[in-house]
Amino acid sequence: MIRMDAFMLMIVVASALGVVASQHHSRKVFVALEREQARTHELEVEWGQLQLEQSTWATLARIERIARTRLELGEPRPGQAILIEGVR
Amino acid sequence: MKKPGAVTFNHNPLLEKGLPAWRPRLVLIGLLLGSITLVSRAAYLQGFNDDFLKAKGESRYARVIDIPATRGRITDRNGDIMAVSTPVSSIWAIPPDVRLSPSDTRQLAGLLEMEVDEVSRRLATQGDFVYLKRQLSPDIARRIAELKLPGIHQQREYRRYYPSGEVMAHVLGFTGVDDKGQEGVELAFEADLAGQSGSRRVIRDRRGQIVEDAGSIRAPRDGQDVALSIDVKLQYLAHTALQHAIELHKAKAGAIVVLDVRTGEVLALVNAPTFNPNNRANLSGAQLRNRVLTDIYEPGSTMKPFIAALALERGVVNPQTVINTDPGRITIGRATISDVKRHGPLTVAQVIQKSSNVGTVKMAQHFAPEEMWRMFDSLGFGAPLKLGFPGEAGGRLRAAKTWKPIEQATMSFGHGISASLMQMAHAYLAFARDGELLPVSLTRVSEAPSGAKRVFSVETARKMREILELATGPGGTAPKAQVQGYRVAGKTGTAHKLEGGRYTNKYISSFVGFAPVSDPRIVVAVMIDEPTAGKHYGGTVAAPIFARVTEGALRALGVAPDAPLVPLQVAGGNGEKREAPRGNM
Repeated sequence: MIRMDAFMLMIVVASALGVVASQHHSRKVFVALEREQARTHELEVEWGQLQLEQSTWATLARIERIARTRLELGEPRPGQAILIEGVR
Repeated sequence: MKKPGAVTFNHNPLLEKGLPAWRPRLVLIGLLLGSITLVSRAAYLQGFNDDFLKAKGESRYARVIDIPATRGRITDRNGDIMAVSTPVSSIWAIPPDVRLSPSDTRQLAGLLEMEVDEVSRRLATQGDFVYLKRQLSPDIARRIAELKLPGIHQQREYRRYYPSGEVMAHVLGFTGVDDKGQEGVELAFEADLAGQSGSRRVIRDRRGQIVEDAGSIRAPRDGQDVALSIDVKLQYLAHTALQHAIELHKAKAGAIVVLDVRTGEVLALVNAPTFNPNNRANLSGAQLRNRVLTDIYEPGSTMKPFIAALALERGVVNPQTVINTDPGRITIGRATISDVKRHGPLTVAQVIQKSSNVGTVKMAQHFAPEEMWRMFDSLGFGAPLKLGFPGEAGGRLRAAKTWKPIEQATMSFGHGISASLMQMAHAYLAFARDGELLPVSLTRVSEAPSGAKRVFSVETARKMREILELATGPGGTAPKAQVQGYRVAGKTGTAHKLEGGRYTNKYISSFVGFAPVSDPRIVVAVMIDEPTAGKHYGGTVAAPIFARVTEGALRALGVAPDAPLVPLQVAGGNGEKREAPRGNM
């Protein structure tokens, strides 16, 4: 009878420790998940900022300024364009 | 040794004196009652009414946190970003909690880019809450957080950025400091763009880190992206053309709208003066006004083609019918309507080409007011176009019963009737689309909407296209509207401005047209308000802007030229090479 009790007690203690361990594990995993989600959010934010930056660099006003001044481009004057017929 | 008569505990004389039996019982009962009360209270709190205490306990470590939703982006028709929200931080303080050393304050002020005095003054204010600075970049906010100053807190917010700046200002509008739409598309599509923030219940540990989800999650719903019909290339083109023209003609204001003939989409919509939506300090009402959609004006001669179209449609005239406009004046009742100069006998086509008021009035006299009203109404005048844009104007079109003969006459050349520039462009779709009208759309549509409404017959629309092309040809009012390589058509308008019920010597010059004439792709409407640099005729002020925008737009859209390409070299598929003047290539 006493042996039985001792055995039961051991099982109970072991399962209690198991609960503690698994709870700890789950919290650790959860924290990791949490961190990754925060990272996802941060990356999304960064993506938005990069898109913003890209579209700021790609402003047509800036492109036109660079094309006209640095690259010295301009609209084709009459006579500079060749129309290829029969295409499309 | 005991003193006689000494009292010990066990030999207390009081004990020997028998107590009345009820007293210990009373005490016992009292104690029992007390314990029963305590036990039952404990049992009640533990067993029956445990929710309250559980909730109290949980509130010490469980928290409901908000999950912010981001506002949708606005893109142009090709997916280029026009408006995007990025997180920023606002720095606020609880003044009674703030204890800063002078060097702390200096450091804080430096990061906030504010004067030290200003920071101190704000921190000295009475009350429990004061914003130090709103909408700081995340980098600076992080550095402020690292200072760990007592009583200084941060709040995460979103700020809207508009990379295209003033080019798209009037289309997009802007949001307020709370990231809610206040003007333009931001307001019109608020329901789609605004997200719905979610929330979750979590358990935090001692250090404030989240360790567990405690159920009841409400997922955030991010705002939807909105794809506009605007083509940013055309928009920029129209913007620069308009800015240039405003400067050249020293005009008060101006506007351009470009419509896609096939789908009814708005490809460009610009206004001047404009503003920078990223920096809205010192905004004036004139800058904010959207002259394309929310302002109405008397369109003047750009109305005449509709009268001619109605006359052709009814078979009252054909393009070659001669109308005598001599002596360049016509008297109706007590009022006299005159032409700029005496034209003599003109065909219907020439009446439009030379923009004769008298000729148009004579055509309009064939119709009952009711007939004219029905045409104006079916062209969309007098009622807003229902684009969903805030503050859209419908213009003024009075009921036909109230028209006097003189009013019917002036309406035929666009006075006594008012419309927005968008309505004019929309109505010209009827000529460009073989007599059909399409609803106008500010958002991208994949295919032509089904709501096309027939206003004129195909033949009438085609005849009108030829007549309107004459107006841009030699002898017309707007040869300056011509474009290299494309056939264009349109009508000028030069209207006196109505101020306080009287016509003044201020003008609105306009031009509404479309191109290429053989298969129209775009309608372009230009309006210049009060040009003061000497010229004020639509043909000299607005037509060159039309030409510049149309040329660039057709090239950007890749529309094949339909005019004989005299100055261009043509490398023909048949091996023939036509000679052309040489440029330096």
